[in-house]
Amino acid sequence: MKPIGLLLAMMLAGAAVAQPAPEAVKSYGPDDAGRRLLVRGTTDIARFETVMDLFASRRGDTRIDYEQWGSNDLFEVTVADCREGVEAADMVISSAVDLQFKLANDGCARAHRSAATARLPQVANWRDEVFGITRELAVIVYNRRLIDDAEVPRSRFDLIDLLRPDDSRFRGRVATYDIEASGLGYLFAFADAQQATTFGSLIEAFGRSGAVATCCSAEIIDGVADGTYLIAYNVLGSYALARAERNPDIVAVAPDDYTLVLARAALIPRLAAEPDLAGAFLDFLLSEAGRSALRSAQLIVSTEEGGPEYLRLPDTAETSFRPIALTPSLLVGLDRHKRRDFIALWRSTFPNEGGAGVTPE
Amino acid sequence: MESRARSGTRLTGSLSFRLGVALAVVLAIGGVAVSLAAYAYGRSAAQNSYDRLLVGAANQIAGSLRLRGGEIMVDIPVSAFDLLSLAPRDRVVYAVFDDRGQLITGYDAVAPPDGDDEFFGGSFAGEPVRYAHVRRLISERSFLGAVDVVVGQTIEARRDLAQQVTRNALVAVAAAGLVISGLAFLAVNSALRPLRRLERDVAARSSRDLTPVDVEVPQEIASLVAALNRFIGRIDRQLRIMRTLIADASHQLRTPIAALRAQAELAREAPDAEEMRRIVERIHDRSRNLSQLTDQLLNHAMIIHRADSVELTSVDLRVVASEAVAQFDQTLTGAELEVRMDLPEEPMICDGDALSLVEACKNLINNAVAYGKPPITVFVEDAGATFRLGVRDRGDGMAEEMWADAGSRFAKRSGVSSTSAGLGLSIVSAVAQAHRGRMKIRRPADDRFEVFVELPKVSEVEA
Repeated sequence: MKPIGLLLAMMLAGAAVAQPAPEAVKSYGPDDAGRRLLVRGTTDIARFETVMDLFASRRGDTRIDYEQWGSNDLFEVTVADCREGVEAADMVISSAVDLQFKLANDGCARAHRSAATARLPQVANWRDEVFGITRELAVIVYNRRLIDDAEVPRSRFDLIDLLRPDDSRFRGRVATYDIEASGLGYLFAFADAQQATTFGSLIEAFGRSGAVATCCSAEIIDGVADGTYLIAYNVLGSYALARAERNPDIVAVAPDDYTLVLARAALIPRLAAEPDLAGAFLDFLLSEAGRSALRSAQLIVSTEEGGPEYLRLPDTAETSFRPIALTPSLLVGLDRHKRRDFIALWRSTFPNEGGAGVTPE
Repeated sequence: MESRARSGTRLTGSLSFRLGVALAVVLAIGGVAVSLAAYAYGRSAAQNSYDRLLVGAANQIAGSLRLRGGEIMVDIPVSAFDLLSLAPRDRVVYAVFDDRGQLITGYDAVAPPDGDDEFFGGSFAGEPVRYAHVRRLISERSFLGAVDVVVGQTIEARRDLAQQVTRNALVAVAAAGLVISGLAFLAVNSALRPLRRLERDVAARSSRDLTPVDVEVPQEIASLVAALNRFIGRIDRQLRIMRTLIADASHQLRTPIAALRAQAELAREAPDAEEMRRIVERIHDRSRNLSQLTDQLLNHAMIIHRADSVELTSVDLRVVASEAVAQFDQTLTGAELEVRMDLPEEPMICDGDALSLVEACKNLINNAVAYGKPPITVFVEDAGATFRLGVRDRGDGMAEEMWADAGSRFAKRSGVSSTSAGLGLSIVSAVAQAHRGRMKIRRPADDRFEVFVELPKVSEVEA
């Protein structure tokens, strides 16, 4: 396989695909390498390639093929491979950690134990089969040209207050993920529903003010950058911060009341062809070099040293961060009835928004 | 064996070693028993606690069932799964079935329960799983029937907990074992300390010191010390007997032998055959007396030796009396003397040494023959608490002031006679004492004189 560069499979919104397929594919390392590692992930290639480059160059004789997938498709294809006994990806990395957890729970992952995995906290390592490799915040994003400091919502209560007045200029200009289309959006919304009673008021405020549920981190942040949306809620911080590096108008707020913390989950499929190599890659991701590469890609956000200036951290950082832990509770949101009910509730709030089709995040 | 026993100590292993082995066996058996019990307990404790979590989760799910338009809706509470998260590494599997056994929600890998069992085993993703089953009956207009909720979890946490409980119990057992061993070591040491004290006391004695050992010892060793003291006492007595024998022999035999020598010298110088024959006659008389004296001396020594060394057995005193009379009759050549017997009908059994008793009896007869008047009667009688074995005659007997002293050696009325060493009554007294009895003398009437031994009866209870 030749390096194809960046191939965008998603050409048309809502294009139905009969066969789940990667959105983009890229390879790293020498073409004639003796060992090949197939990594499938939901992370944008642009965010993740530093790490893979680094790993491939360190190993020398290793080539990494990276396929970028939508989270639901990635789950479907991994389950199918697991059921049918097909030797497929060597590593699967997804921001939809609930789906990743389900894969491991259902016996589709294989254990990998090393000094690096042993150092992981319990919330980021389940059975030595699923590992949280990143640290990303669910943030509120705004455009500093359009909102002055006094108006900036520092918490969900602020956001609800902004939306409350009938003549609020924020009506119809707040965006969030469409949870039907985005696995990550569903995960965040479901976690919100678990965290606090504010979820009810928030979703009601969204409904009354005609908030927009749409697809995809990139699209939403674009909307904020160009002024279509004034505020985006529950955006994955890594994308927002990466954009903020280039566009100083973009600012991310980690809400004061609580901030969800997501650790992208990696697992080695049970039928991986190169489990040892995948384990080495995992150890590299958890190593200091790997972590610093992930940090420079904004996939690990350090909140201890105050963070970058375009990220506004809560005052009481210690109690505000709520990691989405790798525990069986993640299975609840995936329950058929639970999901149906939750989506029904969501749809009643956003009656006019349809599913946005294939979504990366 | 004997020679080895005499040549030194026969070692049968150290006491501490034996105690150690016994203790180790007890601890090992106890340890294994406790470990098995702990494992069983750990397993059931782990099973119970995690079963409760399963049932709790299943109950929460069952409690979340709702009806909407005749359809069962399951609204699984997150807390149900938080409960299951308490087994942090175990896979979770669940399913809800309607009254027809159709899967409402959950994993289709779970088979509908076919009984009312609350718990059952199975497997999921290639691992053993423990399932809990809760049935909820719904009686509504739109739905009438039972809904089955099944929640399962792999058993890693149970196994870990059971192992942990067992391990902790083993650590506790090992610690207890160490403490017990330490205490046992101290106890053994302190228990053996009196033995060492005894050893020091015995080792420090001079070879001539045959006094009883006087060391403070606990009850358990007291019998050992008593036995040791008895042993020392026996050696002491026997040494004394030996000394007595030597003293007696030198004292008693010197004079008659000197006399014999004098006579023999006279015979050598004798002028004529007539004189010579007379002297030889005297030499013969004297040597016969000397041989009697030697007999008595040796008898006395033998009797006293026997008293210490011979086991007492059941003896019928009537047999003793007859035997003594028979033996006495044999020593007589003529029939000039008759010894009568006065014996009861029934057996007179007591613990005794027949040989020494016969010897004592013979001495009494000899005494009566020598100093009393016929008729001489050997009698045995029952005196209530004791038996009496003795001899009576018609003479005056010895003077009353000599009675108290009669049992001691050479307490002869008038020095040593040529025929008797005056040992007769002393032998009788020694035999009586060896039988825990006494020699007694009395004069029931003017012309009667009795010397007898009083022997304790065998107690009825013991017999």
